[in-house]
Amino acid sequence: MNESLQREKQDDAGEATAVADACFARFIDVQKSYDGVELVVKGFNLDVRRGEFVTLLGPSGSGKTTCLMMMAGFETPTHGQILLQGEPINDLPPHKRGIGMVFQNYALFPHMSVAENLAFPLQVRHLSRDEIKRKVAKALAMVRLEDFGDRRPAQLSGGQQQRVALARALVFEPKLVLMDEPLGALDKNLREEMQYEIKRIHAELGVTMIYVTHDQTEALTMSDRIAVFNDGVVQQLASPETLYEAPENAFVANFIGENNRLHGEVIESIGDRCEVRLDSGETVAARPVAAGGIGARTTLSLRPERVGIVGEGDEASFDNHFQAEVKEVIYLGDHLRTRLEVCGNDEFIIKTPNAKGFPSLRPGQTVEVGWSSRDCRALDA
Amino acid sequence: MAIPSYATRGERIWHYVFLGLCALIFLFLVGPLLIIIPLSFNAQPYFTFSQEMLTLDPAGYSLRWYEDFFTSSAWLNAIKNSFIVGIASTFLATILGTVAALGLSSRHMPARSAIMALLISPMIVPLIISAAAMFFFFSKVNLAQTYLGVVLAHTVLGIPFVVITVTATLSSFDTTLIRAAHSLGANPTRTFFKVVLPLVTPGVVSGALFAFITSFDEVVVVLFLAGPEQRTMPIQMWSGIREQISPTILAVATLLVLLSMLLLTTLELLRRRSERLRGISPG
Ligand SMILES: Nc1ncnc2c1ncn2[C@@H]1O[C@H](COP(=O)(O)OP(=O)(O)O)[C@@H](O)[C@H]1O
Ligand SMILES: [Mg+2]
Repeated sequence: MNESLQREKQDDAGEATAVADACFARFIDVQKSYDGVELVVKGFNLDVRRGEFVTLLGPSGSGKTTCLMMMAGFETPTHGQILLQGEPINDLPPHKRGIGMVFQNYALFPHMSVAENLAFPLQVRHLSRDEIKRKVAKALAMVRLEDFGDRRPAQLSGGQQQRVALARALVFEPKLVLMDEPLGALDKNLREEMQYEIKRIHAELGVTMIYVTHDQTEALTMSDRIAVFNDGVVQQLASPETLYEAPENAFVANFIGENNRLHGEVIESIGDRCEVRLDSGETVAARPVAAGGIGARTTLSLRPERVGIVGEGDEASFDNHFQAEVKEVIYLGDHLRTRLEVCGNDEFIIKTPNAKGFPSLRPGQTVEVGWSSRDCRALDA
Repeated sequence: MAIPSYATRGERIWHYVFLGLCALIFLFLVGPLLIIIPLSFNAQPYFTFSQEMLTLDPAGYSLRWYEDFFTSSAWLNAIKNSFIVGIASTFLATILGTVAALGLSSRHMPARSAIMALLISPMIVPLIISAAAMFFFFSKVNLAQTYLGVVLAHTVLGIPFVVITVTATLSSFDTTLIRAAHSLGANPTRTFFKVVLPLVTPGVVSGALFAFITSFDEVVVVLFLAGPEQRTMPIQMWSGIREQISPTILAVATLLVLLSMLLLTTLELLRRRSERLRGISPG
């Protein structure tokens, strides 16, 4: 389906579709237990808009695959409802859901050629021979494998197999495409290439996608919105930018990007500024986000790139200043990663550009670092 | 097996001793079969090599035992029976065994190992016991001395082979393929015939072949269950040796050796073909 076609359809149907578009695929309070005792997914809610790219991101074992399998129909929810285009699909068998799926191990049929793999969902739908041929050729062109139709999956590289799997999941124009760590088995370069490829196809076809990964970089580059999973619960559902810039709790702050943590107790809180007494005795000004009232324990979260060395010029905005001892300097080409001891935390990381005017640091040296209280988020303990 | 250049003298000697031992074991295994083949062309009604045969005189050789075989109604009837019983029981055992193996491989299957043990038991229980039991049971239900009775009995003996080979193939079967087929819109029936069956075919074919060979050279059960009409090859050979000592049996044996080699070759070719189709080896 191309975008103009989609827009036409929207105009035709008016109000009702607008609602259906906002909640194209929905999980309503879904719970899942495999053994009847322990809940693997606890009260999962998610609304996916039509054409959106939503990623479920979380550590291994957090229940991402389980959620995806419930949407695909391979697992039944213990409690709650799953809706597709406003219709409950709990009682619909997988083969009637019309949902495309890409598996981590590709799951290509080894006894069929690439073209036969792609033709399979079309034959099931009783399309004419000519139409099948045309669609298969188009799908192969989309993933840039025009000349590989006659090969068997075993004769393709991992990246090529993944492209075929992608084409097969899209060739029958499903309403929704699910992907479960589709790039997990590829090496880093190929993975990055495929990320852009998938993004391109998503933009080209305007198809709705739910993507599962445990790789935060992948989630940040690809998604419109990310649901951060932990322990069967969504910790935060937001755009990549919001997740990185404004994590709502300590798990998200820690899981997305690098993060310096300082632990302490709130001693004063006025509006969007609070004072925290660290366990090591210092007092830090921060922005309260998910911290309790005065006396509550809190974790301060601070991105490495928001910490500066006093004397570099941008210290005007810093309302926190501390002495730090350089522990280790790692050269990373375009920037330097420096490990410091600040306020009793010797895992404190800062990043400084490898550019003119920035002082070179040596282990053992003492410097003064600072940051703005706006960049220092006081989260739950 | 080449000898590495760093081998010591002792290792070299052992290498040749080892090769010699292998040759001896091989000879022990196939020697009797190899003797049978020339003997079946004996012009004399004896089981020994005649003077003419040893001097390679053409007069010492003849096809009279083959002629005997192809003109004897008893032998022809026996071979017909063997094929009828073998093919029918293989057909049944293959279908039942494949379905059983598929069911047993499902993760929702309760009491899996108990059922598996039950299905395999005909292979483990001494044949004479199964045969006697079947004899009494089949007599009760009027199946003794009928083709159906013999076919059913051989089906039971063939099922374990099919179950074992298909189960082994299924253990390397990637079940996400089934999910993939469902997600692409194929219902369970279509998924079975288009995805599962083509991929387990090597197991099904070898199981079927084992079942056929089992039925083809089975004596004990047939002895109990078959009437004079259902005499199969092995029974005919057995009574041939006991009653009328005729080298026809050598001609039959030679033909059977040929048949087995043909079956094994077919099996290997089929196996290679389907492995190529499964994409295991690029072809
Ligand atoms: N088929 C299953 N039977 C029982 N437990 C399962 C099954 N699948 C997953 N689990 C359990 O459910 C939890 C979540 O698994 P999963 O959804 O696969 O997590 P993720 O995909 O995020 O790694 C894990 O603890 C896992 O052990
Ligand atoms: Mg998973």
